[in-house]
Amino acid sequence: MRALVLSYRPMRTVLAAIGALLAVHGALLFVHPDGATPDATTEGLDVGIVFDVGGRGDKSFNDGAWLGGERAAKALGARVRYIEPGEGSDREAGLRLLAAEEFDLVIGVGFIFTDDVNTLAREYPGVRFADVDYAVATDSTGAPLPLPPNLTALKFREEQGAFLVGALAALTGGSKKVGFIGGMDIPLIHKFEAGYKAGVRHVCADCTVIAQYAGVTPEAFRNPGKGKELSLSQYQQGVRVIFHAAGSTGLGVFEAARASNALAIGVDADQYDEAPGYVLTSMVKGIDQAVFDAIKSVKDGTFQGGVRQFGLAEKGVGYVYDANNRSLIPDSVRTRLLALEADIIAGRIVVPSTR
Amino acid sequence: MSRGMQREAVLAAVLPPLVALAVALVVGDLLILAFGQAPATVFGMLLQGTWGNAYGFGQVLYKATTLTCTGLAFAMAGRAGLFNVGAESQLALGGLAAALVGLALPAGTPPLAAVPVCVAAAMGAGAAAGGVAGWLRARFGASEVIVTIMLNFITLAALNWLVATRLHVPESLHTPEIRAGAVARLSDTWPAFHGSAANFMLIGALALAVAAWWFLFRTRGGYELRAVGLQPDAAEFGGIRAGRVWILAMLLSGACAGLGGTNYVLGYKHYYEDGFAAGAGFLGIAVALVGRNHPFGIVISALLFATLSQGGLAVNALVPKQIVDILQAVVIISVAVAVPEVRQLLRNAVPARARSATPA
Repeated sequence: MRALVLSYRPMRTVLAAIGALLAVHGALLFVHPDGATPDATTEGLDVGIVFDVGGRGDKSFNDGAWLGGERAAKALGARVRYIEPGEGSDREAGLRLLAAEEFDLVIGVGFIFTDDVNTLAREYPGVRFADVDYAVATDSTGAPLPLPPNLTALKFREEQGAFLVGALAALTGGSKKVGFIGGMDIPLIHKFEAGYKAGVRHVCADCTVIAQYAGVTPEAFRNPGKGKELSLSQYQQGVRVIFHAAGSTGLGVFEAARASNALAIGVDADQYDEAPGYVLTSMVKGIDQAVFDAIKSVKDGTFQGGVRQFGLAEKGVGYVYDANNRSLIPDSVRTRLLALEADIIAGRIVVPSTR
Repeated sequence: MSRGMQREAVLAAVLPPLVALAVALVVGDLLILAFGQAPATVFGMLLQGTWGNAYGFGQVLYKATTLTCTGLAFAMAGRAGLFNVGAESQLALGGLAAALVGLALPAGTPPLAAVPVCVAAAMGAGAAAGGVAGWLRARFGASEVIVTIMLNFITLAALNWLVATRLHVPESLHTPEIRAGAVARLSDTWPAFHGSAANFMLIGALALAVAAWWFLFRTRGGYELRAVGLQPDAAEFGGIRAGRVWILAMLLSGACAGLGGTNYVLGYKHYYEDGFAAGAGFLGIAVALVGRNHPFGIVISALLFATLSQGGLAVNALVPKQIVDILQAVVIISVAVAVPEVRQLLRNAVPARARSATPA
């Protein structure tokens, strides 16, 4: 009976089609284009980078990590493998994939990896891990809990960069009122606010800072409408410059600046293009530098577990000063900022990191 | 039905997915070559990262568990002639219901009591969401396609609000961990699966597939459901009340999707996280399509899509993950094209000999 059914010509057509496709597939398996990545070897430096939800092309966080990885590939000869896990449950899977292959260094990009990286570092003591913006847990007294010896937390002294843009805002705004808009009301963002306020007060003792937050959930980083609403009201109160640390909520701040013919300060990456002419500067985080340094430390054999801080001295934070915004910043102000920067690096000014 | 015709029916069901798979392999080869990589290396990595080690295989099983549930959800409605696009929100709702019950139960409730209660809550919540669409269809003739699409928006937004404002742990978008109702992971029994999210809800999904098969093909209710799906007017004429069948089908469909939510909530993270469904509800449509709306086909097809999804991570180093999305789409389109083609070929071939062949 089986033979009878299969003997029908049309049935043979279908089977022949499948056969032909499989034959093509079989032939293509033998094609090895020039420049194709060879199978992984055990020699050399293998580095894996797992991106945050935004993934490549976010022009900020993840792209910064990618830049650092690419620099390490060129300068240090590291073989860097990137994974974009996308949604939640694949985050752990991405890290695990690299750890299971005994990579020399596995880097998670973003505080969202904190729990996963912590678990995996204990599980794979032979693999080194790094996490950008890792949220260090504290015990009941507020003292930080120790990290596993194979895990390094890449943290930034955002308050130092915020201090400088705070001083800049007060020196150029021409108003005694200066604005700050945070995204989610959490300690990480309080760091920005604390440094910013200190910077403003340092150069203008009688200035006031109006600080507001968009919300208490992660949604507060994705709410441009709220950002615009808060900033419009600040500009109406006489504020001339607003610094935002609010993710895409900040896009609303730029829009308000344009509408009010006032200035805004960007965050993380150079955000000049969001509103050309209305962006005084951006406080940037050197994710690329931190990632590069972490990879370099593995290569040099100086890798250490624990918290690594990247501040002004390590070029881990800073602000943008280039052809785009030079006209907005007078030379005297630039000189003053350079002096402040030197003072912070030398320890003559200590910037607070909490409110 | 003669054995010849039966075999013909099996072939008509099995051949299109095979064609689709072959097409996808070749398209995959070409895409990989376009990225300057060797197909053998990339496919080798994909297999190694999925079926090649216990961890990867566990991840495949985990993803297949959810997809089996959402695939069955689509098939259950599909067999009744309905198009349930709402599995995404029914899945999420089921997950939240399981988490809420797990939170409400006192800690230390024995799993034998807690798990069934949580599962029942998940299926009940999914069924309620599906049932609304079924009832609107039966009572007012409202298109279940439109209704389920729109219910997705409403339900997911409501869940997001609920979690973000009422239920979440500070600085996160998930609820606290459930106190009871957690399902053991496979790695608790077989350490080789260590680290993978695969858990014993797997058995729940398989049981659901068997139950769905038995209901559809071995009970009067299932016969009525399929009769309405094939030709509602004829079924009505034969004494079946199509409206009631539609409501029943959507209730069952929603319940299947709701069960899928327990895989993440009870089996993996032990809390409900906003957005955990992450498209598994929509992918269920593809799973059911490739599985030809047959419960056992759906299990196999869920394994295929789970392999692609996990494999995408494994080959991410060499080629963009989107390649896997493209392959999934190629499989879906190929099946959609191959089904009528194969049926046509068979129809042309069969009349003369097979239909008159003596029943064996």
